[in-house]
Amino acid sequence: MKYVDEFRDPETIEAAAREIRRLADPSRHYRIMEVCGGHTHAIYRFGLQDLLPENLELIHGPGCPVCVLPMGRIDDGLELARQPGMIFAAFGDMMRVPGTRGTPLEHQARGMDVRIVYSPADALEIARKNPDKHVLFFAIGFETTAPSTALTLKRARAENVPNFSVFCNHVTIIPAIRAILDSPDMRLDAFIGPGHVSTVIGCRPYEWIAENEGKPIAVSGFEPADILQSIVMLLGQLERGESKVENQYRRVVPREGNRAALQVMAEVFELRPYFEWRGLGFISQSALRIRGEYARWDAEKRFDVPGVRVTDPRAAQCGEVLKGVLRPAQCKLFGKECTPEQPVGALMVSAEGSCAAYYNYEHRKRAARNLVSLR
Amino acid sequence: MCLAIPAKIVESNPENPASGLVEVLGVRRKVDLSLLTEENPSPGDWVLIHVGFAMSKISEQDAAEQLRILRLLGEAEAALEEVRGYGSSTSDGGEQASKPRK
Repeated sequence: MKYVDEFRDPETIEAAAREIRRLADPSRHYRIMEVCGGHTHAIYRFGLQDLLPENLELIHGPGCPVCVLPMGRIDDGLELARQPGMIFAAFGDMMRVPGTRGTPLEHQARGMDVRIVYSPADALEIARKNPDKHVLFFAIGFETTAPSTALTLKRARAENVPNFSVFCNHVTIIPAIRAILDSPDMRLDAFIGPGHVSTVIGCRPYEWIAENEGKPIAVSGFEPADILQSIVMLLGQLERGESKVENQYRRVVPREGNRAALQVMAEVFELRPYFEWRGLGFISQSALRIRGEYARWDAEKRFDVPGVRVTDPRAAQCGEVLKGVLRPAQCKLFGKECTPEQPVGALMVSAEGSCAAYYNYEHRKRAARNLVSLR
Repeated sequence: MCLAIPAKIVESNPENPASGLVEVLGVRRKVDLSLLTEENPSPGDWVLIHVGFAMSKISEQDAAEQLRILRLLGEAEAALEEVRGYGSSTSDGGEQASKPRK
């Protein structure tokens, strides 16, 4: 409970925690997945699991775009950028993500022109300012970043910027949830829906989860009180035998999403027949590619992409952790071969990956406790 | 990249929504308001920004809450760094990027 005092509304948090204990049936074991990496981070940071009854387990989902990106895609992007006259532009989150021959930063140290950008619009601006170079923007992210890439591509086309292209790795969250639900070892009872992705896509895309799969879902904010209230909503639905989409984050998430953002995505992108997710394998219609009208700005059409495939080591059990079959620390590699400093599996790669979040908060806390008890 | 950054609109021009001016914790930067044109973004409005593009209009109270949550998550610095970075690009980003994320 040590974090509770830091919040403006400790009473709300304590009331929600009490309500959760009241609603949770002691004869059941609940597994609730938070889909979004931001929620995972908040849950660990605020120690929310400590406020929950023992028979309620939070499973950390696939909503960290850096984590689920296959290493082969990074290799492909860096391989294209090795050609003379290329500038590799990507968000800062990508810079420490290892490819087979090192991270983008390590490639920079070996002479590649690598630029951190904070917006896809800035990558296009670098292209405008460097007409003798080609800027390859390595695009990643879910629906929170995909509309910005789409709008940037529209501008590149409207201005006919010749020396700019996008290596598109945008993914969409719904098919990943479907893949997890379809897996035979799936054991989830309900979902905490992503907050900011939903500002773009709205609440309707989740309806099939509730209607066809019978799993309640609550789109949630990021405050501890938000997350706990979402769990109250979900337990209430489970108790009443309902399954519907509830919007706990109504103050920010409109039911219809952002129409302009959805429209520009539909104009510029189309669904790939399938795409590989680290830890989950190939998922059909789970990622975006650039439409034919924009082929000139599509790095995959403009250049010969090697199409590298790198399989995760068999010993890494990321898929089982993602589906809630194993907890992070139950993976054989956790904290030994696989750490945030030397990630082997997908979920250690970014601070929002469930294994890295678990390692950073729980593992170190325990290690510190052990040291104290030894004295 | 996954940070939703709350910002206050300082200047907006319906003729050129791609070039709005916002303020985050005293830092002013150009961001793109094109995806919000239906909501008529105007000076004084609060918005949530992702990678340099405003994605939703929010209340002042929600903006304050979002800022607080970023602080509590230890991400307020990263958010400010991102905002400062809009409109620029670094080739010597090594130091920034290799800082361990907390």
